[in-house]
Amino acid sequence: MYVAVKGGERAIQNAHAWLAEERRGDTSVAGLSVAQIREQLSLAVNRVMAEGSLYDLDLAALAIKQARGDLIEAIFLIRAYRTTLPRFGASAPVETAKMACDRRISATFKDLPGGQVLGPTFDYTHRLLDFKLAADGETPAAAQREADPAPVPHVTAFLNREGLIEDAPHDDTPPPDLTREPLEMPADRALRLQALARADEGFTLSMAYSTQRGYARNHAFVGELRIGTVAVEMDIPELGFTVEIGEITLTECETVNQFKGSKTEPPQFTRGYGLVFGQTERKAISMALVDRALRWEELGEDNVGAPAQDAEFVLYHADNIQATGFLEHIKLPHYVDFQSELELVRKLRREVETSQHQEAAE
Amino acid sequence: MADPNQDRKAWMGLMAKAQEGHVAALLDTAMDRPDFTWLRPPEIGSVMVRGRAGGTGAPFNLGEVTVTRCALTLSGGEVGHAYIQGRRKADAEAAALVDALMQTDAADCLRAKVLEHLSDAQTARRQTRAAKAAATKVDFFTMVRGED
Repeated sequence: MYVAVKGGERAIQNAHAWLAEERRGDTSVAGLSVAQIREQLSLAVNRVMAEGSLYDLDLAALAIKQARGDLIEAIFLIRAYRTTLPRFGASAPVETAKMACDRRISATFKDLPGGQVLGPTFDYTHRLLDFKLAADGETPAAAQREADPAPVPHVTAFLNREGLIEDAPHDDTPPPDLTREPLEMPADRALRLQALARADEGFTLSMAYSTQRGYARNHAFVGELRIGTVAVEMDIPELGFTVEIGEITLTECETVNQFKGSKTEPPQFTRGYGLVFGQTERKAISMALVDRALRWEELGEDNVGAPAQDAEFVLYHADNIQATGFLEHIKLPHYVDFQSELELVRKLRREVETSQHQEAAE
Repeated sequence: MADPNQDRKAWMGLMAKAQEGHVAALLDTAMDRPDFTWLRPPEIGSVMVRGRAGGTGAPFNLGEVTVTRCALTLSGGEVGHAYIQGRRKADAEAAALVDALMQTDAADCLRAKVLEHLSDAQTARRQTRAAKAAATKVDFFTMVRGED
């Protein structure tokens, strides 16, 4: 029950003023600019854009500053801002096969057209703290080598030629949009992919990890992981043709999974798919594993009752803004609710005491 | 058959992907801005970006991107449009002006003084990243085995 109460305005104002002061911290230390956050905390910016579901580097950096580095709070700010924007339309599906790749690796094929390109990765670092960074040292320039201008084809395209992997046939069904219609079950794959693309990284990671540990085991290989830029193209109604309206960085992961075959399909490899805004490879790999686990029904696999196979469980708990909104609301005043609970407990205790007295008397 | 809009698509795409402030700076170096009337003043909104399941399959909604758009008309009646990524009203105005002016006698001048510079800057940026990526490409070699 919600009842309006007054009071607390001065306390709230003062709390917010103190918050602003604490956000700034010690004023003898230089303040952080939004540009510094955008350029130097870029993976945090990427996460806020992905889960905030809005690609805008400067807004994400501003949200991180305002949220004092609390990324879920920053994502909340971005989601709130997003709702104020008029929607001009939808883009043509991005062509990830034409990505200008910063990174492109395959765990399944050593020698592949386009090669194994490591890109700016934490992989193979020793995870030792680098005290030179604390001393604000100069960064050496990255090495350069002549690049091969040939396009970098998707790894799954090779397996496809032999018919060894499930096809992902071209289709132009307009996708459902959970920002327009509430997420309802059963959710088709397009809706699941939208929900997973903006899902909490930690939740998605843990769900994906659970499939690796045996809860709905589907033995995934990273067929391909690529990070780079793609053009965003949109049909402009007043012009009557499509134009490129910008360029965004994406991370794409395709997993290749064992599949013993079913009544209708021969034994072949199946696929899980992850696509996320920014350089966000932990999230993209996790998304691909969870996508694959959720496909059990359409692939004719058994539901072994694993959490990652349960679309309702996964999709209704994956959104960190919904989750934190409901979780954190219980700290807000519930005085009237609690008053009625108090009355109830007192009444129950009186009844128990009365019956005990009666039993003793009898 | 060649797309009759190919040229216009190319310059609009080029300006949409330009660095902040670049189109306006090049335009102002090339010429004095003509008078124009807004058909649609600069407006910030979003576009839903779509991907395809498996890269090639059914489309899904990936998330939105901020976009600024505007439309204007020159005194000669030429209409210029801009749809550019980000919240950049001044850049959208400059892009719509160039789009309109490219339909006038100023086209050759703007192609040389604006579009070619944008194109060079983008090619250079892309090539630098591609060259850094190429330097991280793995060259596998097989270790000599112990047994003969």
